[in-house]
Amino acid sequence: MDTILTTPQMVVEDRGRHLFRVARRAFTDESVLEAERRAIFDHCWLYLGHSSEIAANCDFITRAVGGRELIFNRDRAGAVHAFLNTCPHRGAMVVREKKGNALSFRCFYHGWSFNVNGRFASRFDEGNYGKEHYGGGCADLAQVPRLESYRDFWFVNFDRNAVPLADYLAGAKEYIDLVADQNEAGMEVVGSGQQYIINANWKLLAENSIDAFHGFPVHSTYFDYLKTIGSLRMESAGSEFSASGMHDLGNGHAVIEYASPWGRPVARWVPSMGEDKRPVIAALREGLVKRFGEQRGTRMSEFSRNMLIFPNLVINDIMAITVRTFMPAAPNKMTVSAWALGSRGEDHDLRKLRLFNFLEFLGPGGFATPDDQEALENCQRGYQNVREVGWNDISKGMPRQGPPMNDDEEQMRCFWRQWRDRMGAVS
Amino acid sequence: VNGDVGLPSMLRNDTAALRGRMEDFLYLEVDLLDDWKIEEWFALFAEGATYEVPPTGSDESDPATSLFYIADDYVRLRERVVRLTKKEAHSEFPRSQQRHMISNVRITGLADGVADVSCNFVTYRAKRGVVDTYYGKHLYRIDCTAEPFRIKSKRSVLAMDMLYPGKLTIII
Repeated sequence: MDTILTTPQMVVEDRGRHLFRVARRAFTDESVLEAERRAIFDHCWLYLGHSSEIAANCDFITRAVGGRELIFNRDRAGAVHAFLNTCPHRGAMVVREKKGNALSFRCFYHGWSFNVNGRFASRFDEGNYGKEHYGGGCADLAQVPRLESYRDFWFVNFDRNAVPLADYLAGAKEYIDLVADQNEAGMEVVGSGQQYIINANWKLLAENSIDAFHGFPVHSTYFDYLKTIGSLRMESAGSEFSASGMHDLGNGHAVIEYASPWGRPVARWVPSMGEDKRPVIAALREGLVKRFGEQRGTRMSEFSRNMLIFPNLVINDIMAITVRTFMPAAPNKMTVSAWALGSRGEDHDLRKLRLFNFLEFLGPGGFATPDDQEALENCQRGYQNVREVGWNDISKGMPRQGPPMNDDEEQMRCFWRQWRDRMGAVS
Repeated sequence: VNGDVGLPSMLRNDTAALRGRMEDFLYLEVDLLDDWKIEEWFALFAEGATYEVPPTGSDESDPATSLFYIADDYVRLRERVVRLTKKEAHSEFPRSQQRHMISNVRITGLADGVADVSCNFVTYRAKRGVVDTYYGKHLYRIDCTAEPFRIKSKRSVLAMDMLYPGKLTIII
């Protein structure tokens, strides 16, 4: 019996009064986090990694996902696996490196070893172990219950009975396509990415990643920078395409889409990129228009999209493409992993430009992300007043006639309704 | 040493004197940072200089092929400094307090009066009761052909397997 979840309600929606409120206890309470682990992280599809991170046969990486320690790898035949990184013998983590390439895995504690397809591979002298150990699978590495991918994005699910990934992603697939289609040869993760801590509840970053309302108040110094270097380009070549807005993608996923004020290496030139890049970027754009038609090509070139895939995957296709996932370590602490996505086989100078563009805004050393982190950490500290001031307001845009705007808060309401439904389903 | 022909005459053929002068220069640099005199700090950089912080927990060393935390050219470094002078740089408002410690200063190369310099660092940042610690090695290229010396590049390689403090808003 879980009293947290039954009384009182933590998400309150009053459509008549245009009020949507979330209890701040949802960000501070250890028992809420424990319930989230059971109701959300044990049942939702969670992002594991990108195909390009294990490009060659026998490549592996280790990663913590959903509170588990996992091995994400490709076996000798090229098949992709996700194993629980724990020795079936006595529990030690079998693979301790962050990444590598190996023909087998060997637990250092007692020497049990495994083929990269997970099969127990040790051969001890007779009398040590019965046949079951070799043929019965009881000594194999355990696979995660479900592993599926969409357009090179691999997800795991710890619920054997979960709906297929494609169904779970619902409307988000179309927006993953808008990223995956940017290069005919596919996209790839560039380098090892950024790993950092934010001292705030994980849901604060879920909200923030798709929140356009905070853009100008929080990031004025970034826009000042764009202005100074001559890269603020507010006009949109695709003005006939009225995509600016927000879309409920189902299952708690949501996206905002808007005309970009900044340059986009995929195909939106700004002066700071240099005159020499202008024809190169124009050609990329023409390529997209040729492949996908004027409307979709323009949309891919000109417009920016911030997407949250419930519960904790962000794919933001903005002044660069960032793939970001985050896991709660405590109610007031999360670990964040963020990667840059680039075109496979990208020209050296364009790759350089893409990464340069990424860092102007994104990451702990960017001109914007640190101020987001500051905002989230300030919220978390403000929640110390939870007993007197107990509720967040997520109501912006509720009385609006017609479709929601990208700087409304409907996308966050999508997240919270899903959160409420999943948390309420726990008994 | 062939490389020191570009140096002022008093520093030629005298590695101890050069290292002493270099340490003075680096102490001045961190003193400016400790005191939030970041515009004066920026003035220590030569035109065209770069400032970089590579990814943690990896040996990736080229910002053109892997994702760094910071990879500033001269203009963006200038703008980083401008940004930090504004109170809308929210992560540093109110400003944090900092102390920069450096040690193990070594001149590892010298060509045409430009020295490759390395030193260990520990930087403390305190704000709202939280102390962040950054540590690693600075790698510089410093133009010593005339005084004051000028930094041509600075790369701060963190010896941390992830960025525990979360932000890199101060100059470490």
